[in-house]
Amino acid sequence: MKPFAAFRAVPTLLRIGFAEAVAYRAEMLVWVFATTMPLIMMMLWTTVAEVAPVMGKGGRQWGSGAFIAYFLSVFIVRQLISAWAAWEINFEVRQGMLSMRLLRPMHPVLAYAMSNLAYMPMRALVTLPVLAILLVTELSRMTTDWRVWLLWPLAMLGGWLITFFANVAIGAMSFFLDSSIKVMDVWLAAFFVFSGYLFPLELFPEWLRVAAQWMPFRYQIGLPVELMTGQLTVEAALPLLGKQFGWAAILIVLALSLWRGGIRRFQAFGG
Amino acid sequence: MIRVTGLKKHYRVHKRPPGLKAAIRSLFKREYEIVKAVDGIDFFIAAGERVGFLGPNGAGKTTTLKMASGLLYPTSGEVTVDGHTPQKRENDFLKKIMLVMGQKQQLMWDLPPADTYELNRAIYDVPRPEYTKRLKELTELLELGELVGKPTRQLSLGERMKCELAGALIHGPKVLFLDEPTIGLDVSMQVAMRDFIRRYNEEHGATLILTSHYMDDVAALCPRVIVIDKGALSFDGRLEDLVKRVRPEKRLTLRFSTPVPREQVAELGTVIKHEPNEAVLLVAQASMNAAVAKALATMPVQDLNVENPPLEEVMSELFSRSRAAREAA
Repeated sequence: MKPFAAFRAVPTLLRIGFAEAVAYRAEMLVWVFATTMPLIMMMLWTTVAEVAPVMGKGGRQWGSGAFIAYFLSVFIVRQLISAWAAWEINFEVRQGMLSMRLLRPMHPVLAYAMSNLAYMPMRALVTLPVLAILLVTELSRMTTDWRVWLLWPLAMLGGWLITFFANVAIGAMSFFLDSSIKVMDVWLAAFFVFSGYLFPLELFPEWLRVAAQWMPFRYQIGLPVELMTGQLTVEAALPLLGKQFGWAAILIVLALSLWRGGIRRFQAFGG
Repeated sequence: MIRVTGLKKHYRVHKRPPGLKAAIRSLFKREYEIVKAVDGIDFFIAAGERVGFLGPNGAGKTTTLKMASGLLYPTSGEVTVDGHTPQKRENDFLKKIMLVMGQKQQLMWDLPPADTYELNRAIYDVPRPEYTKRLKELTELLELGELVGKPTRQLSLGERMKCELAGALIHGPKVLFLDEPTIGLDVSMQVAMRDFIRRYNEEHGATLILTSHYMDDVAALCPRVIVIDKGALSFDGRLEDLVKRVRPEKRLTLRFSTPVPREQVAELGTVIKHEPNEAVLLVAQASMNAAVAKALATMPVQDLNVENPPLEEVMSELFSRSRAAREAA
């Protein structure tokens, strides 16, 4: 077989995955409702900002408008960098359903990636009204530097790679543990705190903000959102993008190593 | 084609009695036992053969198939399929084989089977004209008709199995591992599946290994059988030879126009059923001609029938013998 021949199947995988996303549209909408935390945080922080000044890094004041722009951006980024491979892998390993994927001449991780990405158009559709509100109400708070907008898709790709391969790494732990979902819970708890999902990292104390720079979470949400909302210049963003792709590379290596080691332990239950 | 040498698969399984006390104890001290699912088997299957893999539940049949298809790594020993080591999962190998499991499905639950077929076409890199031709052939042979356009969840079990089999054959595998392919199907569907599988083997020269608890599947499809029990191979040969070895007698059924006493019937062989006008006996194959001649000469025989004992009985006896041998050991 020719190298990379499997990639020829990618358009079909995406098309079938999209058909599946359409079939599960109601379930997806419910999931979207479950990810409205940024909108709740937006209400909370705008209320806080109205009664007392909220000061960020370097004495920058966060007003209601800044919080609205920030959290609407968080909502959009969160929808578009989502992945749920950890749950899929964990379930399929425990139930033995991974067998059917392993019989096919395609790396299962590539198949999971395509199935996750195939939901993107449906998710993008959900973000459209939020994007419209953002542009109508807070356009002035979005970056106008076109060079930053050129970096933004790159930051989104990096964010998705970190999310997806962290999912694969944790999912692959189910080859070694009875269930790895609890590990995912721990990851998610850290993600909520350190990614900028619940509050802007700028509001952290200095030492915590520095610590967060060395964690993968802030590159999932914080970096793309900060680019959108003009908190980062191109010069400031480039080193952060470097760190983001560094984390993506680490997680890719970790995920594939865990997968390679784990697959030898797969017990193909059932059947 | 398929060569298995000293193949073993041992599992380390956590063992714990029921109850809270045992659960708490297992927090600090876990006990394990080694389960020998497959314990050193050897066989060779030539290209194009149809082989039945038989054994009681937990014998190691499915484990062996899973090792031969690359899903499981052997503890030791070796298996090669057409020169490939399955565990390397090379694309060339995966394109040659398919494992169909009656209790696992590859069809996507909420989409029509046609979508899974299209996905398989892309993944297996089947050229479009070849795919169209093969799908048409499979649709006709398996009488799929409109089924391929309905969401899988709306299909009956039999319909789903037919669609499953079509999906498994889209890429034209040369080696088919069939694990209980007719499980849960009604009799007519079982017959249709058997016919189809035999035809696929004959037309494509595919090698076929089948496990099934339905002995009719084995009798209809497999001239050769391999019997495995508790991970060890206990027979490898022709099905007829297995039957002769386990049950050297044939079954003689006699129907009489007037009642015949049991004592008289017993002179012909071992009586396993007796009614005034009917008797069923087990008679050694070498004595069958003499027994039939004597019955015709001395009894009011209206009808008689000579047949091999049902395969279910043969297998049941084989497995109970090996259980008894193990218990004695």
